[in-house]
Amino acid sequence: MRFGIVVFPGSNCEEDALHAARDLFGQDADYLWHKDADLKGADVVVLPGGFAHGDYLRTGAMAPFSPVMGPVREFAARGGPVLGICNGFQILLEAGLLPGAMLRNRGLKYRCEHVHLRVERTDTPFTRAARQGQVLRIPIGHGEGNYFAPPDALAAIERNRQVVLRYTDAAGRLADAANPNGSVNAIASVCSASGNVVGMMPHPERACEPLLRGEDGRVIFESIIDWFRSAGRRALQPSVGAP
Amino acid sequence: MPIDPQVLERHGLTSDEYVRLVALLGREPNMTELGIFSVMWSEHCSYKSSRVHLRTLPTEGPQVLQGPGENAGAVDVGGGLAAVFKIESHNHPSFIEPYQGAATGVGGIIRDIFTMGARPIALLNSLRFGDLDAPGTARLLDGVVSGIAGYGNSIGIPTIGGEIAFEPVYAGNPLVNVFCLGIAPAAEIVKGIASGAGNPVYYVGAKTGRDGIHGATMASAEFDDRSAEKRPAVQVGDPFMEKLLLEACLEVMKTDALVGIQDMGAAGLTCSTAEMGARGGAGIEIDVALVPQRETGMTPYEIMLSESQERMLLVARRGREAEVERVFEKWDLHAVRIGEVTADGMLRVRAHGTVVAEIPNRALTDEAPIYHRPASPPEYLAAAQQLDLDADARRRPSPNDALRSLLGSPTIGSKRWVYRQYDHMVRTNTIVLPGAGAGVVRLKGTDRALAISLDGNGRYCYLDPRQGAMLAVAEAARNVACAGARPLAATNCLNFGNPERPAIMWQFAEAVQGIGAACRALDVPITGGNVSLYNETDGRAIYPTPVIGVVGLLEHADRALTRSFSGSGDLIVLLGEGRGELGGSEYLKVTQGLVRGRPPALDLAAERALQLLLVELAEARLIRSAHDCSDGGLAVALAECCFDTQGTGAEIAIDAPGAAREAALDTAAALFGESASRAIVSTTGDALAGILARAASRGVPARVIGQTGGSAIRIAVAGVTAIDLAVDDAEQIWIAAVTRHLTKHAA
Repeated sequence: MRFGIVVFPGSNCEEDALHAARDLFGQDADYLWHKDADLKGADVVVLPGGFAHGDYLRTGAMAPFSPVMGPVREFAARGGPVLGICNGFQILLEAGLLPGAMLRNRGLKYRCEHVHLRVERTDTPFTRAARQGQVLRIPIGHGEGNYFAPPDALAAIERNRQVVLRYTDAAGRLADAANPNGSVNAIASVCSASGNVVGMMPHPERACEPLLRGEDGRVIFESIIDWFRSAGRRALQPSVGAP
Repeated sequence: MPIDPQVLERHGLTSDEYVRLVALLGREPNMTELGIFSVMWSEHCSYKSSRVHLRTLPTEGPQVLQGPGENAGAVDVGGGLAAVFKIESHNHPSFIEPYQGAATGVGGIIRDIFTMGARPIALLNSLRFGDLDAPGTARLLDGVVSGIAGYGNSIGIPTIGGEIAFEPVYAGNPLVNVFCLGIAPAAEIVKGIASGAGNPVYYVGAKTGRDGIHGATMASAEFDDRSAEKRPAVQVGDPFMEKLLLEACLEVMKTDALVGIQDMGAAGLTCSTAEMGARGGAGIEIDVALVPQRETGMTPYEIMLSESQERMLLVARRGREAEVERVFEKWDLHAVRIGEVTADGMLRVRAHGTVVAEIPNRALTDEAPIYHRPASPPEYLAAAQQLDLDADARRRPSPNDALRSLLGSPTIGSKRWVYRQYDHMVRTNTIVLPGAGAGVVRLKGTDRALAISLDGNGRYCYLDPRQGAMLAVAEAARNVACAGARPLAATNCLNFGNPERPAIMWQFAEAVQGIGAACRALDVPITGGNVSLYNETDGRAIYPTPVIGVVGLLEHADRALTRSFSGSGDLIVLLGEGRGELGGSEYLKVTQGLVRGRPPALDLAAERALQLLLVELAEARLIRSAHDCSDGGLAVALAECCFDTQGTGAEIAIDAPGAAREAALDTAAALFGESASRAIVSTTGDALAGILARAASRGVPARVIGQTGGSAIRIAVAGVTAIDLAVDDAEQIWIAAVTRHLTKHAA
């Protein structure tokens, strides 16, 4: 399958995502420049981590206005799988493709460390190879990953089962000390109502090799590759206006 | 404005230097020219006090692709790749404005690396502050760490390690030394050179403002209570702009439309034009009216001296302008043509066509003053070197308590609170995470990895600058070897006081001698670095503090080692020998408040043998962990080997070194003495014979001192249990060593 990895000015994890998709999983992968008008045949779109446009206004606030986001929205509306990692998640929130918003980390410090995550949903294209309740150890690296949604919206998110990953301890238990940034309901990842758009603060591409002392991120890539093999082609709606 | 003594003083120029300036120019300078001379002849840019000493350093070797004199040094790391690296200080700006001072230090060193055509892949830093409990230290630490994080995290280069020490002497003058390493194809290293008359000179990056005017002069003066007034001389960093510049410059370099490139760091447009011209034996003519400006009404003087950040100067090939401009347009940057290369060797500055400055480049660079400043040993030295261990024995704590105190001291304790604020994993190359030993990054597309360590010990250098500097080189190279990497080359950041004082100049000269001797013996040539003088506040100098960065090569990334034991039942082997040397030790400082004695002895041949042995053992996969014994001695090193292992303990037995008449003191010397050229390694039983045989053939003392297991750190000295501490308790003390002082700041 073909990964399209969107590069905004200020993105800085695009090479890591490309390395994982292409070198570790043997998939076709290429960059999409933020000024591009189409997705160049991508089967999955990844918005990588970084500081798009410097994140000076608000994290992810400028990127939704880049030309490439038009085709990304359309792709998502057709059921195309879109993964936002870290800054990519923040951009999906600002773009309105996912519910909620990010606040500065509780403690006001950037945090880079391994965390534990419990898989809450295994019916998204990015988690289908995981087990329900599986605990993953994957690094985070962010200053604004304190997920927030107002009570009504939060209730809807929980009711619709849009939480994909939660911060837990190594045994999969919710614990305040295991929540690295103060996210409401320990939410580390959410998906769209239809499940095909997923945003996550942790960096799965940083945990795919024994050399990096952790391989739990592989399940995210294995999921999307498996999804494409088995369901992807059928699931994707034809593009509106496509020839 | 007439040029009178007051004007000269404000420009940091002496009357003798002014006479020299007039002679070189053949006339009186105007104010713009005076400003240009003042920054180029500042200590920071000219190295006028240090140059005669720096010339004695070894800078060559088959591995060296680029020695000192360019924006950064470069070494061959195999496979057609070069590692480009350098260390630089940002001490003065960081004291005045910690966040921006540290941030712009990081920005500056990154520019030095990508200017050479290298993709930056790792940052490290070496920081020194006053006592952590002293007023203001926590604020400085927090600001500096936030600034480093703010810049490095945003631009996406991992900060993979470094060191932090706390000593009262740095209270009024913290040290912020930043290191960057990048990778380039060895054949494609780009230089800061201007040549080819008629070739266009481009300016690209942030607009020029009035910030940072005379930053280089500020870094060449002592501090006093008016230093806070110098705030406008500190610049503000924009990592996003630098990220765009980095990507655009690397992309432009892939075309061959570029002749040379240099960043505008200290002394801004002045330094970049003069140095590029001088290196190429050419001249550069620019018109300051064409320089993009952030403020209105800027004079040529201000434009030439501004140190606004994130700006680059490029020389392109004539006829290839469109290619260069197109790359920068892609990144929404505008390359502005501000002049051209000339054949006359002059730096000629125009303003709307009118010549406002005209100076031979060589007068600014090669002809800058060079001083053989007088040097004599400081008065404190003889007394400070005296240490009667037995007489000082009265206040001695029990070994267990001493170990607790050392593990809880902020200099030795865990720096997790610091490094978890740095993105140390971006680029997915970091295979040894911060805090576990030397920083190690793998080189994608190869089997190799690079290990990097920054080390310095101001206390040792205060007590014996030559010995202390040698020990710093040895420790940095040893740390790299403990990771399994063969030390390749070094960079140095020399932080000292006012060189106009003979005692300081003596410290400097001695330290450089020590660095030279150690680098020669350990085969780590110096490829570049930075000198920071005038580190004084109100006449009180810092400890002389050379910081050494050593880069080493692992042929197999998957054989990199950390300090942590791998599990229970492994044998613990001590390589090297303890001689019970407590002089200048962390033990004396922490438990008795003493900064006395002579630093440990160093046999460079023995050190070299140990390092080669460590690399050989790692390469042959005979050892499972390796850790250097330095600050806090064997006891602290052993405890650190037990940390981050989920509580694996260790039990060892060692001899008393016979360093003191009294048995209890001898025990302390055995546990906490900081004898050099030692490492603790762990291994499985079946590999032991191979280790001992290889050690014997290299002449390195090696013996089994115990094994891993249990949940306590137990050390017997001469058959008597001296240390018995639960690993969990020890680790808690160690983890809280910094944060317990930061209750208001800690997350």
